[in-house]
Amino acid sequence: MPTYKLFVNGERVSVDAPADMPLLWVLRDMLGITGPKYGCGVGACRACTSHLNGAEIQPCVVPIADCANKHVTTIEGLADGDTLHPVQQAWLDEDVPQCGYCQPGQIMATVALVKNNRQPSDAEIDAIANVCRCGTYCRIRRAIKRVTA
Amino acid sequence: MTTTETPTSAPAVPGFGRRRFVTFLVAAPTLTVAARLGIDLIADTPALAAGRPTQTSGEATTATNLGTTYVLRVTSDNRIIFESPKADVGQGISTALAMLIAEDLDARLTDVHSELADAANLPGQSVGGSVSIRDAYDPVREMAAQARARLVTAAARRWGVAADTLTTHDTAVHAPDGRSETYGALAADAASITSPDVAATPKPISAHTVIGTPASQQEGRAIVTGAMPFALDVPVAGALPTVVARPPTIYGTVAAIDASVTKAMSGVVAVTTIPTGVAVTARTFHEALRGRDALRVTWGPGPVDDVSDSTVTERLAQAIPPFVNLPLLSNHVDGRFEFAFVNHAPMETNAAIADVRQNSAVVWSSTKVPNSTRRQVAKAIGLSENAVTVHVTRGGGSFGRRLSSEAQIEAAQVSRALGRPVKVMWTRDDDTRHGRMRPASMHRMRITYLAGEMVSFQNLSSAVQLDFGVSPVITGIDPGALGYPSIGSAFFAITQETPYALGVETKALNEVPLKFPTATWRSVYSGHNRAAEELMMDRLASKLRKDPLGLRISLAKDQPAKALLRRLRTESAWGTSLPAGWAQGVGYHEEYNGRAGCVVTIDASDPNAPRVMSALVAADMGVPVNPRGLEAQFMGSVMDGIGTILRAGNHIDSGRVRESSFADFTWPRQRHAPRDFRLVLMPTTGTSIAGAGEIAVPAATAAVASAYGRATGTQPWRFPLNF
Repeated sequence: MPTYKLFVNGERVSVDAPADMPLLWVLRDMLGITGPKYGCGVGACRACTSHLNGAEIQPCVVPIADCANKHVTTIEGLADGDTLHPVQQAWLDEDVPQCGYCQPGQIMATVALVKNNRQPSDAEIDAIANVCRCGTYCRIRRAIKRVTA
Repeated sequence: MTTTETPTSAPAVPGFGRRRFVTFLVAAPTLTVAARLGIDLIADTPALAAGRPTQTSGEATTATNLGTTYVLRVTSDNRIIFESPKADVGQGISTALAMLIAEDLDARLTDVHSELADAANLPGQSVGGSVSIRDAYDPVREMAAQARARLVTAAARRWGVAADTLTTHDTAVHAPDGRSETYGALAADAASITSPDVAATPKPISAHTVIGTPASQQEGRAIVTGAMPFALDVPVAGALPTVVARPPTIYGTVAAIDASVTKAMSGVVAVTTIPTGVAVTARTFHEALRGRDALRVTWGPGPVDDVSDSTVTERLAQAIPPFVNLPLLSNHVDGRFEFAFVNHAPMETNAAIADVRQNSAVVWSSTKVPNSTRRQVAKAIGLSENAVTVHVTRGGGSFGRRLSSEAQIEAAQVSRALGRPVKVMWTRDDDTRHGRMRPASMHRMRITYLAGEMVSFQNLSSAVQLDFGVSPVITGIDPGALGYPSIGSAFFAITQETPYALGVETKALNEVPLKFPTATWRSVYSGHNRAAEELMMDRLASKLRKDPLGLRISLAKDQPAKALLRRLRTESAWGTSLPAGWAQGVGYHEEYNGRAGCVVTIDASDPNAPRVMSALVAADMGVPVNPRGLEAQFMGSVMDGIGTILRAGNHIDSGRVRESSFADFTWPRQRHAPRDFRLVLMPTTGTSIAGAGEIAVPAATAAVASAYGRATGTQPWRFPLNF
């Protein structure tokens, strides 16, 4: 079984895993990092959304082999110690979560969006395809507008 | 736990949702006050069978183990710990209950911490029917007031002053001379005060500063940092990932299995045949899933292998009798409405961890019915109920899904077979194809009128048989005694009330006994039946050439309904000019002791890709506890309306559910959501407490369908429209 070295939330890790093992299960089952959630396993619901070298990915469909020597950031790696990332803070200010299961993915998708686009339009916010079954989409929009205002 | 004293209290209002209860001081080193709901009105049979004493208001109570529904504990570090029997699946009940405590304890809301209680076989430990806040409103406030009175008394005795000179705020007692003491510092003394020197009466509504003031969910920070543990996130040492291969058709069976390839695969630990399929346990879920793919299973048929959508429609139509004859010279409006099956589809699939030992078992999962989960797990693995512990974790949504306990039972069965802890995860396709659904339904309706007067309203409905399981909504319903052929028929008759004066009403629902995995879905029959009734109001308005909202106002049965509808008309700028292909739609509903109306504006300029652009909900909740939580519930209800009317449902092809994930079960996303949502709360009345989880679903569902029909000049009748 091959060994992969990568950085997860700034920490260097080494894992023995089959090359086709999705990053989600490396994170959850081997590294105990449970912020990224399983929702569908096929990249459709985006509950697991995290970052690879700063770009948005769905770890349930990205094999570990594609992550070798790269930097993975999960929801756990977003805050700076006790200081929340501005997107996390906006989520709290708008009381965005209902059940909260999809929110790590929603937040990571938003962080990726606002990093490259300081003031996303309504149409660009519409393009966030993460599913929220509780339906808190209006608050997600409010939180994005708050953080980019 | 023993009781030392029982200051009982009287719930003022009898009737559904305001249950009798008793509060009492619990003997403990630190101040602990508990309340339990009376079992006189609750069919929690094991509690009754166990012979626990019935304690009702006004009766003296002997020192015995009463059991508890709610427990409040003040710790020495000045925290208020609340053991909540109400599972939180995102509806925000933990926060709402903490608000009730903060209000009558005069504690800072941030000092009150709700914890989800383990299954304890006591009345009131279930979530459903939008009863949680109605159950809790009186006993929890009373419990907090009892605790406050003891803390004040403890401070008075410590300082040698009269208790009635002291005040409380910010989780502390304050004296006129400036002295103050935190509740935490008084908790040990207060624990032994049996007879407080001040009254222990909850505040009047006019004095509320927490109840009615918007508050954010307590769990927010844990959620946004990824720290909130859902079932599969609980770090149970050695619990191995497990998935289950399931039959291609609903309730199919395992006929034969060849697991040789799977067992030889890297990471695979065990293959276990269980009643629902073949479980593969491995080092990681990836390896378990690969092992599952490599199984060679011969499957036996299920009970609905010969049933497809066309069969369902035919059987539903056959189950509806003809309308009765019309009076001479009368006019009528007819409607036929059909709703497809639809999954609950919570983001967290069915999941549970179980650790079964020789004589005991522990389960971790989200469940709205912890006692039922415990009973079913115990039965499945041959242990006594008392040997099973069920820890309730936060749930990633429910909408009715977490009233059944399939994953918990499977986890226990596999753990028992392997002699080690396992974590069972249903994949999304498992949950879509074998998880529960709202039953498909059909509704035929006729409104008859004569010379401008409403003569009669007939609503003859049918639905595939609904498995209510242990849903608390059916508590106390005996269909036979009430003269109904099934629980579904009885529940329909009891709950489906039309808020308009339409003359003589005839309503009935017949169930079609097809064995599908169904469950109550947020608002049960109201989400489709009442939505269809609202569409009949649109049809009636169209026929009478009247404004649909104006007609509703004129036919509404009572003044509060008219007031809410008028407010909706004003706030929505009803009738405002809109672009071609756009329209407003309206829906209204009364249930759960409350009222909700909804107006949405839809852009259906492309009828195949309609979008609800804005939504307004007006609600009369009696006493709104957390306006911010209510907004969340109603926002979600609007999305349920958009989902079930415009987009998402399940097809049945020869006993198989066609959809498999969020790729083809097309639940709405951000681009389908209104860009603007607004909630208007009617003034607090104080006469009732309304349940919030379901009430806006029928109104919003109706409004979306109504708006689509008005925008496109059609009469929509089969849902979801884009299917």
